[in-house]
Amino acid sequence: MAPVLEVSGLSTVFHTRAGIVRAVQDVSFSVEAGETLAIVGESGCGKTMTALSLMRLIPSPPGEITAGSVKVAGTDLLKLDEPGMRKMRGSQIAMIFQEPMTALNPLLTVGRQIAEMVSLHENVSRRAANARAVEMLHHVRIPAPERRAREYPHQMSGGMRQRAMIAMALACRPKVLIADEPTTALDVTIQAQVLDLIGDLRKELGTAVVLITHDLGVVAETADRMIVMYAGRKVEEGTTKDLFADPSHPYLQGLLASIPKFGAGEGTRLREIPGIVPALNNLPKGCAFAPRCSAAVAKCQEAIPPLETKRPGHAAACWVT
Amino acid sequence: MIQYTLRRLGLMVVTLFGVSVAIFLLLRIVPGNIADILFDSAGLIDPAEKQQIIKDLGLDLPLVTQYTHWIVGLAHGDLGYSYVSEKPVLDEILPRIPITARLAGLALLFAICTGVPFGVISAVRQNTWLDYMLRLMSLAALSMPSFWLGLLVLMAFVNWLGLLPIYDKAPATWGAALLMYGVPAATVGLRSSALIMRLTRSSMLEVLRQDYVRTARSKGLSEPAVTFTHALRNAVLPVITVIGIETAFLFGGLIVTETVFNIPGVARFLVEAIRWRDYPMVQNLVMFIAIIVVTVNLIVDLAYMFVDPRIRLRT
Repeated sequence: MAPVLEVSGLSTVFHTRAGIVRAVQDVSFSVEAGETLAIVGESGCGKTMTALSLMRLIPSPPGEITAGSVKVAGTDLLKLDEPGMRKMRGSQIAMIFQEPMTALNPLLTVGRQIAEMVSLHENVSRRAANARAVEMLHHVRIPAPERRAREYPHQMSGGMRQRAMIAMALACRPKVLIADEPTTALDVTIQAQVLDLIGDLRKELGTAVVLITHDLGVVAETADRMIVMYAGRKVEEGTTKDLFADPSHPYLQGLLASIPKFGAGEGTRLREIPGIVPALNNLPKGCAFAPRCSAAVAKCQEAIPPLETKRPGHAAACWVT
Repeated sequence: MIQYTLRRLGLMVVTLFGVSVAIFLLLRIVPGNIADILFDSAGLIDPAEKQQIIKDLGLDLPLVTQYTHWIVGLAHGDLGYSYVSEKPVLDEILPRIPITARLAGLALLFAICTGVPFGVISAVRQNTWLDYMLRLMSLAALSMPSFWLGLLVLMAFVNWLGLLPIYDKAPATWGAALLMYGVPAATVGLRSSALIMRLTRSSMLEVLRQDYVRTARSKGLSEPAVTFTHALRNAVLPVITVIGIETAFLFGGLIVTETVFNIPGVARFLVEAIRWRDYPMVQNLVMFIAIIVVTVNLIVDLAYMFVDPRIRLRT
């Protein structure tokens, strides 16, 4: 199957007073229809900036996409003019955000916000758009959708708002759905429901999902494949199963080792990765992870390791492993 | 919502009672009454005659009695007689109200119609030369006292350009009225306009950073749709409150502007009445202004509920 989303060599920088911040550097990946790709990494590693770059929603200035291509069903989004891009947003590539509490407009009814998306991209009557809004709310399993459509966001719980966000994002059946930490702000029980919902709708509608998260538990449960980002670069890529079973990059090894385990014995210290993510305006010359890496050798300080295929379907950027 | 409105109406009565007591006492604290002024200016010297005037006007009665007379009269629609013209107060005030109402309405309209759009432009074009210009202009407008600005405007329009008709008789047509009131209204409204502009700007900047604005963009909405449907709606909430407060300030500006532009409205008349210690005139005029200000604020609060569903449902 041909991928619906193909990203290659994507680079995004921010021009700030403290210098050029390289938020995303040379990131490539692709997602097929109905597939879920997870982008993982700790805070500040460029996950959200990658997502916003795909939507071309980087605030500019100071942000700028400097290189690469983002192809959705063959159309390169980075080559479109702004009106052309607006037609793609929502209809071909949609996004849901981390904070359902603040991501919906507090002054407009939920139904109106969903209907707005429909009437924007499809030539339908207002009545039909409203009907679609109710239908979508029903689709995301919100009870009494007719009544809920007339309600305002503050009348709904966090989980329900996130469902409404999903309903809005999927209202025009986009080919690609970007979910930026969709469950971080939710209770654990609601998290599972929302993830299941995204999974079911993905299968039903054949949407390609890019799931951005720092929660490896979420990745293990929902993603087919994953890429690991560190300091704006992709450092590892492969199927979720393979990467969890046998991570190549010391960063992912460290991340997996830092997950608390049952039965590890009382008094056992939690493993951690020492140090913090380097500032993106002052990256080291070589591998960005080298200063925190226990396996680092002299070469790691000198040159950035290229992404190499370690096994079929598994690539990592590391000089050592 | 009905309960809230009723509660607010109750509060309005309390406020108006407070205003009536305050203006009543303040007037009597000011040294001199109508009799003193008549005697000083007209050169009357007979003390018996002065006592007679004081007695005739009921100024010798205890304050509580004087106050009760006024309020009871007010409740019956009897505003009393002017000390100076000796005509019923209502007959003196009524013809002047439309003049001031037009001026105030136009001033407020001017303030909103310039303040809000310029505020939006300034926010959307933050840190461009346009933004700097608008901010500088608004700062200047806020700093200029309206009596001084009025004189400058008068000098420019009347003396140099000869454009502005000076108020001699009531304008006959709408066009003439707009021309006659337009410039004075803009002069009064400029301060409010600048304030509304600055508030709209900061409120917009705040709102434009919100997640739901990013959501709106991610839907594929155009910038104007994002700005007006999603951002401005949220940004005007504090602006609405300020419009209510500005209405009160407007009357202060009107007193000066009506004097400078020689417009025979209520506000200028109030100053005259104070000068003559024309108690019934001043008391009733102040009550009239207070009722307007309180009503506008009630409307503002109800409008707030109308715009913001979160407030509507809580009350």
